[in-house]
Order: sequence, then C-alpha cells, then structure tokens
Amino acid sequence: MTTVADAPDQTPSAGTGSTALDLILRFRALGLLLALAALIVITASVNPRFLGAQSIRDLLFAAAVTVLLAAGMTVVVLTRGIDLSVGSTLGLSAYLTATALSSGTPVPLALLVGIGAGAACGAVNGAIVHFGKVPPLVATLGTLYVFRGIVYFTAGGSRVNASDLPRGFLDFGSGAVLGVPYLFIISALVLAAVAVFLSDYRAGRDLYALGSNPEAARQTGLPAGRRLMTAYVLCGALAGLGGVLYAARFGTVDASAGYGMELNIVAAVVVGGVAIFGGSGTVLGAGLGALLLTVISNALPVLRIDQFWQQAIVGALILAAIALDRLVGLRAARALRRKASHVD
Amino acid sequence: MAVESDPPPPQPHPVIALTGVAKSFGAVRALVDAGLELHSGEAHALVGENGAGKSTLIKILAGLYRPDAGHIEMDGEAVAFTGAADALAAGIAVIYQEPALFGDLTVAENLFVGRQPRGRLGRIDRAEMRRRAAALFERLGVALDPDRPAKGLSIADQQLVEIAKAISLQARVLVMDEPTAALSGREVERLFGAVDALRRKGTAILFISHRLEEVHALCQRVTVMRDGRRVSTDPIEAVTTDELVRRMVGRDLSAMYPHRETEPGDVVLRVEGLSRTGLCRDIDFTVRAGEIVALAGLVGAGRTETVQAVFGIEARDAGRVSIDGRELRSGDPRAAMRAGVALVPEDRRQQGLLLDLSILRNATLTRRHRLSRLGFLTGGAERREAAEWTGRLHAKYGRLTDPVGTLSGGNQQKVVLAKWLATGPKLLIVDEPTRGIDIGTKAEVHRLLSDLAADGVAVLMVSSELPEVLGMADRVLVMREGRLVGELARPAATEEAFMRLASGQEHIGEVRS
Repeated sequence: MTTVADAPDQTPSAGTGSTALDLILRFRALGLLLALAALIVITASVNPRFLGAQSIRDLLFAAAVTVLLAAGMTVVVLTRGIDLSVGSTLGLSAYLTATALSSGTPVPLALLVGIGAGAACGAVNGAIVHFGKVPPLVATLGTLYVFRGIVYFTAGGSRVNASDLPRGFLDFGSGAVLGVPYLFIISALVLAAVAVFLSDYRAGRDLYALGSNPEAARQTGLPAGRRLMTAYVLCGALAGLGGVLYAARFGTVDASAGYGMELNIVAAVVVGGVAIFGGSGTVLGAGLGALLLTVISNALPVLRIDQFWQQAIVGALILAAIALDRLVGLRAARALRRKASHVD
Repeated sequence: MAVESDPPPPQPHPVIALTGVAKSFGAVRALVDAGLELHSGEAHALVGENGAGKSTLIKILAGLYRPDAGHIEMDGEAVAFTGAADALAAGIAVIYQEPALFGDLTVAENLFVGRQPRGRLGRIDRAEMRRRAAALFERLGVALDPDRPAKGLSIADQQLVEIAKAISLQARVLVMDEPTAALSGREVERLFGAVDALRRKGTAILFISHRLEEVHALCQRVTVMRDGRRVSTDPIEAVTTDELVRRMVGRDLSAMYPHRETEPGDVVLRVEGLSRTGLCRDIDFTVRAGEIVALAGLVGAGRTETVQAVFGIEARDAGRVSIDGRELRSGDPRAAMRAGVALVPEDRRQQGLLLDLSILRNATLTRRHRLSRLGFLTGGAERREAAEWTGRLHAKYGRLTDPVGTLSGGNQQKVVLAKWLATGPKLLIVDEPTRGIDIGTKAEVHRLLSDLAADGVAVLMVSSELPEVLGMADRVLVMREGRLVGELARPAATEEAFMRLASGQEHIGEVRS
C-alpha cells in the first residue's frame, strides 16, 4: 500500500503556507495511527488477551467489510457526493449471492451475481444524481429504502442458512493465513487497488478535480457524467463485494443484512480525513478510520465501558475531524489574507 | 506595455469566425446578431458595456453555451461545439476573469488535468508532469512551484497557470475575459509579455477589457458590441478612444446620466479612520445631503468592504462612522437603519432579496414593524405600500403575489430599491446598482438616484462601471488596495485620471511609485 502516499517526495522549495498545511494533512494519517496505537496499548494493558491471535482475528474479520465499504464511499465523497444506500446494497447483494449459492450456482458465478447487483445499485444512484440532478444525499436516501424494500420483497420472511451454502465458501469465509483472515486480505488488496486508481490514473484524478471545483471541471471539459457514474458504480460494486464477504463470513443471511451500516461507513470516511465537501482525502485515511472505529467497538467491552460511550466517542471523533478540517481551512485563508494585504 | 504591432500576414480564412449568432435566456436576449472574426497572429479586442453580450459570446466560443442561431466556422469549415471538451479539442482556450482552478490539486496537475503524461500501465508519470510544468513556467519567466496546491495562488498567478495551460494545449485561439481587472501594473506587464509572445507564434488572441488604453497597447483590431449586436470592427489605429466609447454607449450620454444642479447641504455621513484588517485602512470621507458620491476602484480595491463596514454588516476594527454627527455602533446594521441609512447590496440575489417570497413581502420587508398592528401584518397596508413604491419605480410585474425570483434582473433591482426607499432614508448606499440590468432600466435607475439626491438624500454609490461613476457622481473617491488614494471632483473626473489613481500608475511607463 505504498502507493497511497500520493504526496510527492519532499521538495526543498515547497511554497509558503503549503508546508504547514501539508504537515497537518499528513499528520492526519499519523494521528489516526497514533490513536489506534494508544487505544490498543491501553486496552492490552487492561486485558493482555486483547492482543491474542483470536482477538486480533475477530477484529480483522469485523474490519474487513467496513474497510471495503469505506474505500467505495471515499470514491463517491471525493466527488462531493455521498452514498447512503451502501447498507441496503450490501444486504441485497448478500441475499442474492446466498440464494444463488444455495441453489447450486458455482461460487465464481455467485460472486459475479453479488458484485453485479451492487454495481447495478450504484448505476441507479449515479443515474439519479447525474441525469436527474438530484442531490446525492436525497437520491441515495431514497434508494436506501428502495433497495432494502427489494430485499424484503424477494426474501419475504425467509432466510438462507449456513447449511445451504457450499462448504468451501464458508471455509474461505472463516479461514485465515498467518492469523489474517482471507476476507481482510481481500479488503486490503481492493483498498490498495482503489488507492492506486485514485492517485495514479487520470480517471481517478478527475474525481478529485470534480469534487474540488465542479464549475472548473465543466470549463475544462472533464467528462463529468462518466466520472460520476464510475464513482457510484464502483462504490456500489464494492458494497456488492462486501455482501459476498458478509455471506461468506456469517453463512446465515436474511433480509436485514447490513441494516443501518451506512452511517458507520460515512463516519469512518470522515474520521479518516476525507473532506465531506469533496476534493481531498485518501482511501488509506478512510481505511484507517474504519479500522479505528472497529477497534473502538471491540475495545470498549474489554475495557468494561458502557456501550453507550461507543456512540459518544464516535460522535466526538467525527466532530474532531471536522473541526480539524475547518481549522486548517481557516488558517490557510488567514495566511493568504495577510500575504495579500501587503503585496509589495 | 510597449508592444510592437506587426500586421498579421493575409490568410484565406480566419481561424475562427462567428456570424449572426443569437442566444436568449428566457425572455432576455443576450445576443441578437453577434459576429467576430479572429485571424492567426492577431490580438483582437472585444469591447462593450456590461450587458452588451461579451460574456455570452465567450461562453459560446468556449462550448459552454450553444447558440440559438448563427454559424461558427474554423478555417472556413462549420463547427458545432457540444461542450467545453469540443472547444478545447479544437484549440480554443479561455481564461476567465476569475480563473477556475482546482484548489485541492497541485499547480502541475491543474495544467495537465485530464491529459496528464502517462508512463507504464497508463499510470500518471508525476516526474514528467512536474518537469513539463517547470519548463512551461520557465518559458513564461515566472517562479511558480509546480508542486504547491493551487489553493492560495493570487489571481495573477492563477492567470499565469491558465496561460501556461493554453501554451501546453498549443491553443490556436486564446480568449481572455478582463484578465487585468484585478492585477497591479507590473503584473499586467508580465501578462502582456506572455500574451504577445504567444501571438507572435501565431495564436489568435481575443482580449476583453474595459481599459481602453490597454486595448490600444496590445491589440491590432477592435470589435465593439452593444445590446447583443456587433457595432463595428476596425483596425485599432482607425478609431480613437472617444469614438470607441461613443459606439459602446450608443446613445446620448446626457440621457443616460441625467444632469442636476443641487447645492449640497449639511454633512450626513462622516467616516473617519475606518479600518478593517487586511481589507481597508484609514478611510476618511464625508457625504452631504443632496450629493452623489461614488466609491470607485478596481476589483478587490476594498469598496464593498468599506460600505459594509459603514452600514455595520461587518464590524470595523478602528475608526468612526457618524450620521448627522451621531456615531453609529460598529457592526450593528439595525442601528444604522434607525439612523436613516439604507444599503442596496451588490449581490441582490443573495443579499437583497428573498427570491421565493412574493414581490409584496420583499418590497415591505424593511417596514414590516410599522405596517403591522399588534404584531400582525395587515394585508391592506402592506399591499398599498408595495403598490405605491413599485409603481413609482415603474417596476413591471404580473401580480404583487408573484415570487420575486420570476422577475427580470432590472425589475428585481427596482424591488430592492423600493424596499429601501420605503424607509425614507437620509443616506442611501447603493453597491453596483445597475449590474446585469438592461440599458433602459439602467437609465431609469440613474434618474431615480438623481431625483433622490435632488430631494436631499445623500447617496453613496459603489460601481465598477466607469461611465456610470463619471456620469453620476459629484465626487469620485478612488480606492486602491484598501486605501483611499484620491478624490476627483466632477470636472476633473476623467477616465484617465481615474485609471492613474486606481492602478497606482501616476506616471505611465515609469516603474510603480
């Protein structure tokens, strides 16, 4: 995942003002790592078993899906969008994948069904946002209910049980290599691929441009529609893949899979330093954010802290992340004004 | 600004030619019959008053608008642009007055966005991109770090980034919309040097500017537009500045700017040592009853910031503002209103009107306390008052209950004026009173301001339109970089005198004072 650090190697002549800004922004990833480390150290000192192989494996299992969806959400948020339907998309994909598998479909094909369903949901979101000119928040709030409705409609009250799924699929879902679950490895690889796409490919950079200044993107002739569709389809497809991983991990899937998950994902992305107004942030940050939130929820029971506090802590982290962005922005603006006021 | 004008060699076809272009937005006809031909290697000036249709024409060239009628030809062949990408592919680069860069991306990426150099596996080759960006800046002779984010660049530097982009695109046509409006003298020279080098290599330049001396210094031909039509195209030597102004305005100046003889009365507004950090400093002036005083300067000189501090929308950091000798509290617009001050803001859509509310509600908003009984608005009084003022201002509308957003720009402006005039102000502050409204309504607004002054109202006007400033004001206060740099009384207030003060070039040609 070395490719994520898209900031070029240090140049001695980095312009005035930008160095301080750079530091704080880079400090963001560092800060997340520090927070993670501190949390782990404290928890482990209270209960050393927190660092046991089983505990770490559970943690990574739990993080796998969140990290995956956070990567997809980042892509959309960078364009000034948001996708609130990811939980429902995951549910739809998980249910369709499990149903396909239980009726004897080969695993690779079922995988395609899951990802394809997610991509289709993403395409619907993208089309509503781009062609319908509906604000992403409203569009995906709508599809959140619509997609969930589709799952309830197809599933009815029934559910797919683990016993209906192929053995190999479930083994893969619970398997690990060197203590790292396969599922987490998949998420990490996908995150790395998305990171490379965002930092090193024209289409990826266009997403930053779109979020940074939509009007300039129009004037520059960037293919805004195509890029927006790419972002939403990618986000949907990753939620679809998340559904497949969900089915593999739990085996038992009913219509409520992934219910209420979307706000956790948005929280992970915001805590990870992706600007909610688009244009800046990395998937590495979002991934770290997702990891941090997962560690918090796993650590609190160990620390015997009431579940209630978990919500409060997540809330405080979001506010802190936003306050930090605002502070950076204000400082930059003030530095600029001071500079502009004594031109020669 | 010395630029040699070698005549372009004759060519069979212009690089780009527009004929009979028309474009309407709803009921507003922005372009009626516009035309333009640009030849390779010429710098062509496009001049006209605000609202003449220049911006619309540029957006058609840029592929952002599609014309309702007319033809566009490049090298003699018809073309149709369906978006900015088409125009760029055809070699047309446009630099807007306020360049639109991607603040979160680096300068180098801004230059190459959408066409970054690629290396292995189609990945962006950052080293190559940086190298090319540095080479472009070296060629332009500017020291810009390709790796810094575009956020925070001055407007001058942003424009240089855009020019570097145009060079790297090997643009055949470079359109520049008032590029010098926010630049200092030295920055203008640097810009003109870069542009002239491009022209010599065969690029056709379309230069839009209100500063006619610049037009003479840089361009070989000039096209005048008025009310969406082309008025004339001539070699620059063939027309004098006075003639250009006459063609731009196109009507008797005295009709546009009604003359009035009033003896100014007592001082109504007195401003002493007014300062806002980084925005304006040590501003002193007075406005008397019956007087129209204009606050003028280039974009960014601090005019709007000054009047906002006078009215109290923004708190002042130092200084005194008094009405009839009584000091106003800093940052308290309600106190200013009580003292008899009214402010018609610059951006009427955002600051002056509640677009979704009815004309009636908007027109009486400032008077709702006096029109209410026991706290309830009574429809009758409200309606009478609104009808009276909109009538006096000749506002055209369907019903008083229509939302204000449905009116034309000129009529919206009249509603804003009605709203404030109903309060019977002693001091009326108008910020860009005629921006974006048609020429007929403009004349009406001018007459109204004149009449108000004749009735003893003190008027403080901020305007970017020089003819308006010079035609309307008894005194012109010139601002530059947040300071008051001079005052011109009516006979001495000429375009040249204003420009010398506003741009800080007391002696043109000499290095800045």
